[in-house]
Amino acid sequence: MSEAAWQDYVQRIEELASRSGLSFDPVEFEAVPDSFMMEIAVYGLPVRMPHWSFGLRYIYQLIQRHMGHSRLFEVVFPGNPGHAYLASGNGLAENVLVTAHVLGHADFSRNNLLFQRCQRQVSEHIVEHAANHARQIQQAIETHGLERVETVLDAALALEQHIDIDQELRRPRYPQYIEAVKTVADDRFRKRFAALEPAAAAAGAETRKRAPVPPHPERDLLWFVAQYAPEMDSWERDIFLAVREESFYFYPVFATQIMNEGWASYWHARLLREAAFIPQQAYLDAVKCHSDVVRPVAADSQVALNLNPYHLGFAMWEKIVEEEGMDGALAIRAQDDDFGFIRNHLTRELAEELELFRYRARDGQIRVLEPDLNALHEAILAPKYNFGAPTVVAQHLRADGTLELAHDHSLDGRGLDLERSRRVLDYLQQVWRRPVLLTTVNQAGLVLELSAP
Amino acid sequence: MNTPTDTRRPLDAARWYDLFSRGARDWLRHDEKVRESVRKHLPQIVAGGDLITGGARTVRVPVKMLEHYHFRLRKAQESQGAGQGKVKPGDVFADPAQAGGPGEKGPGGREEGEVQLLLELKIDDIVDWLWEEMQLPNLKTRVGPSEESEWVREGWDRRGARSRLDRRRSFKELVKRRGAPGAIPTFTDEDLRYRQLARRRRPAVRAAVFFLLDVSGSMSDRDRKLAKTFFFWTVQGLRREYRSLETVFVAHTTEAWEFSEPEFFQVSGSGGTVASTGFAKVQEIIDDRYNPAACNIYLFYASDGDNSASDCTQAGEGLAAIAADACFAGYVEVSSGLSRQLDTETGRLFAQLAAAGAATGSYALNDFEDVWDAVRHFFSAESRAAEGA
Repeated sequence: MSEAAWQDYVQRIEELASRSGLSFDPVEFEAVPDSFMMEIAVYGLPVRMPHWSFGLRYIYQLIQRHMGHSRLFEVVFPGNPGHAYLASGNGLAENVLVTAHVLGHADFSRNNLLFQRCQRQVSEHIVEHAANHARQIQQAIETHGLERVETVLDAALALEQHIDIDQELRRPRYPQYIEAVKTVADDRFRKRFAALEPAAAAAGAETRKRAPVPPHPERDLLWFVAQYAPEMDSWERDIFLAVREESFYFYPVFATQIMNEGWASYWHARLLREAAFIPQQAYLDAVKCHSDVVRPVAADSQVALNLNPYHLGFAMWEKIVEEEGMDGALAIRAQDDDFGFIRNHLTRELAEELELFRYRARDGQIRVLEPDLNALHEAILAPKYNFGAPTVVAQHLRADGTLELAHDHSLDGRGLDLERSRRVLDYLQQVWRRPVLLTTVNQAGLVLELSAP
Repeated sequence: MNTPTDTRRPLDAARWYDLFSRGARDWLRHDEKVRESVRKHLPQIVAGGDLITGGARTVRVPVKMLEHYHFRLRKAQESQGAGQGKVKPGDVFADPAQAGGPGEKGPGGREEGEVQLLLELKIDDIVDWLWEEMQLPNLKTRVGPSEESEWVREGWDRRGARSRLDRRRSFKELVKRRGAPGAIPTFTDEDLRYRQLARRRRPAVRAAVFFLLDVSGSMSDRDRKLAKTFFFWTVQGLRREYRSLETVFVAHTTEAWEFSEPEFFQVSGSGGTVASTGFAKVQEIIDDRYNPAACNIYLFYASDGDNSASDCTQAGEGLAAIAADACFAGYVEVSSGLSRQLDTETGRLFAQLAAAGAATGSYALNDFEDVWDAVRHFFSAESRAAEGA
């Protein structure tokens, strides 16, 4: 690839993007070897804490790549400046496409409200923070040994989806006491009562009541463990908080995937169309590359049982811009996440046009169901609820330090996988160091209690 | 801002990610954990009969990749999803997540296929782990020194015999000392390095192990496989102690034959069982090839225990004669169907032998899971017998 030619294009594409209405923070591009691209994709961050489970993902990724399934063109990290990594094996056409794509992401992450809120929390320097966490953990390994640190990471990373995005990243501990209910002294009975026996009335007001922990069912398990584990060392708590901070960063990426990838795809397509300065051949190559990326169904089959978010998002944004104009589209990209986006903007016509369908899988058979738009929305969104994890909350902390967890099966529709849950409890118990209990329901819908040890 | 490469860094400098792969590091850690857990469950894993590959020094253990567990919902009997393509409501097709072989043409899959890991373990390592794990005693030999030592090269020193001067090493020292290239090298005494020798313990003397297998009609395939598994791990255990270990394979029905190892595990006979023919054959081979005064002899006999009643006395005598020469005579009863716990003709033969004070042991082996117990049983029994002797 001609370095100079590309740099020239980068600048011109950026100018074009700004003229077309995108607003983004500067992005630093870096071309890196394929192997490093793959690691970034596996770890989610350029530098991240070590853990064997990432090695596992890495191998799966490697196998997939050998089978020719996936190719990574770019990974971009929001921030000011943003960082974009491009595969150094990309050709000029691919890089032109990818540059435009990255600018779409940069605009999205700067203007989308969910991204903004999470970025305010984790600051614009998550890449540096994550590298810092990795360094801290490396130091912990040197001080406390791999086994001990791994035990903590096993537990913390197992709970990585269990955060409460509606709370602050740096949230204070619960208040220790229940706020004393102000005695309303001005009704006649109380006045008379107070006059009869002043001592008794005053006593009631003064005893402060200790608040239960947690005061309400707590979804933010990583935070709860870090704050209230009875016997954890401070470096162990720090690991939990580090994992939690990274989860805060990952959440908006997860919860806006369809919108975000669609938006970036829409913009790379549009910018390519409008960029008259790109030579014909590079344009054709880039368009071909684009159509590979937003292809709804794998090349060798007719029907896909999962949706390609690039394709779905791309098609939806094209429709939105067509119907509501660019201003409308810009407002939607600022305000929605995937839930609102799908429910509000995936219309019946579009679903039919894209040949989306709903199916039921049972006994090794797939049956295509009658069209029902709302049910289709929910089928698309179902894997995205609660960061993709079952709703498990901390229910109660007993006086002896026993932790009671509860799974809200009414929200999830069925109970937990018992074997896996037991293993997670085992991980957690290793750092909680007191008994950990979990209630869920079994196959028959009866309440079941798991415990570790 | 829009620089394709970071200008703060010289272009030709190797970047850290060229030199280091986190993915590989974490994968190695996963691998290590798998090995640890395999090691923990080794007795169960190696007890499986399929592991034994004749003559190889490694076994391959298929293991699953580890899973880092998260809270997950129970697998629903029925699930819904969204897809894309040309279909009509009511269309039915097979779920590729459940049925699909890799070559099958159908709708694109939904889940990642499971990947299995084939772990290759050295048999010597396994045996070492097992001996540690089970705290099995090391064998005591009956004949010859318990160990011998030899001189091996180990390390260097500044003094030594001229004949052991290591020129290459000495020259390195010279270069290290002088540092500057181009200077004319002159050796001083400081530079000279001599190879050193150290004493190393080696397991002693030779031994012969006789595997006697009953291949009469009453022995099923499974019985033979049990016996084979047991024999295999017994040999591995004995190899720890003996530098040269010879194995002799004898099978018998109403007659007895010597076989080579590959043939041995293939043979199947028919008809009745006359154990004394087997013992006679073993005795014959001992007399022929092995001098009990210079060689440690072990006998392991595997049978389902049904011996012809008329053979009782003769077999008893034959066995007693071998036991007199041997370090140890073991009997493993493989009767997978019925567990008679040694209450058989052959079982009684060995019980008599034990009562007479010979070094012997018996074990009723009914299942592959018990192979390890059997091995442990014999090795502890053998070492008790050796202490008593």
